[in-house]
Amino acid sequence: MTVSTELELKSFVLLRLGERRFAVAADDTAELVSPSRVFSFPHGTPGIEGVILRRGRIVPVCDVAEKLIGTRLTERRFYLIALRRYGQRTEWVAIPVTGECELINAELTAASASDESHVAGWLSHAGDVIEVLNLDGLTPGLEDLSVGCVAPGQPGAQTHRGSEAEARP
Amino acid sequence: MPSPAPMKSGSLRAEQIILFRIGEQIFALSSSSVQEVRGADSLSGGASEIAAPGVHKVRQFVRRGPNTLFLVSGARHFGLPAPEGILAFVLRDTRTALLVDSIERMTTMTRLQALPLSFCHEERRWYRGLTALDQTVVPVVRPEGFLSDEELMMLDRAVPPPEAPSEETASELEAEAPTDTNLGTELN
Repeated sequence: MTVSTELELKSFVLLRLGERRFAVAADDTAELVSPSRVFSFPHGTPGIEGVILRRGRIVPVCDVAEKLIGTRLTERRFYLIALRRYGQRTEWVAIPVTGECELINAELTAASASDESHVAGWLSHAGDVIEVLNLDGLTPGLEDLSVGCVAPGQPGAQTHRGSEAEARP
Repeated sequence: MPSPAPMKSGSLRAEQIILFRIGEQIFALSSSSVQEVRGADSLSGGASEIAAPGVHKVRQFVRRGPNTLFLVSGARHFGLPAPEGILAFVLRDTRTALLVDSIERMTTMTRLQALPLSFCHEERRWYRGLTALDQTVVPVVRPEGFLSDEELMMLDRAVPPPEAPSEETASELEAEAPTDTNLGTELN
């Protein structure tokens, strides 16, 4: 690998949660939308508030603030619609954010073994070192399933081995 | 801008559903999976008490010939702060009579979206998926999701053995036996 490849800039979306900023790879984001009605119904998955309707799709709303800044958001200005991977499949998730998002180009420093699973890497921007988020490690998903939680025939219904195959490395 | 693969929704064939309420929450259920709708009182009139450890959502059962129906509190099943339901849906091909508060209306759905994969706990057993009706999202319940095999085993263990029926009781049971009514057809 050449030095010029290592220094290749990538696009990121900066998002704000309270006083802190985080980044998501721009390739993994779809759009920024105004808050709309959240439809809630009984479920047992922590971190999911409910779902919103967006372009005819039903998109789960995942509040990641508690994991990232230790407190739930009391106000939100937008939902960042981002892609969440589940093995070979991808789905949209809506991440509530408290301010405008910004598209930047920056160099990614890869995460180290000591970083938490939700950290995809780090970037430096305007004097700040900013966490680049790995949404697969941050939002709930089927890889968190305990055996027997999926009804037969359901998407995600699989053997235990199948669940492991879907889990992040 | 990347886009996830198109959702694999259910077929576009319309399906008749019953919208019902438990507390403030609205759910949908395929009308073809409802064998009978009864007043909870009329069903529980012939019911016996049951207390199975770990299955607190069932407090009564009804014997119908060789079968035992368990009255499942919808509120306790879903963890909703609501009183015991006043209507009972006897669910076809199950041993569940689901207690709900009211029927909102009957309608049709043309699209059933799989439950997003972010939902990864017991709700995957509870729901067939979600449907959007009049700009509202409604969970579509899975009839067989109210009592798991394990719960049924625990309930069966807690059911006392049947007493030998007198002639009168036997004829009452016959009268109580379910008629194979397809509610969807009947209410059309």
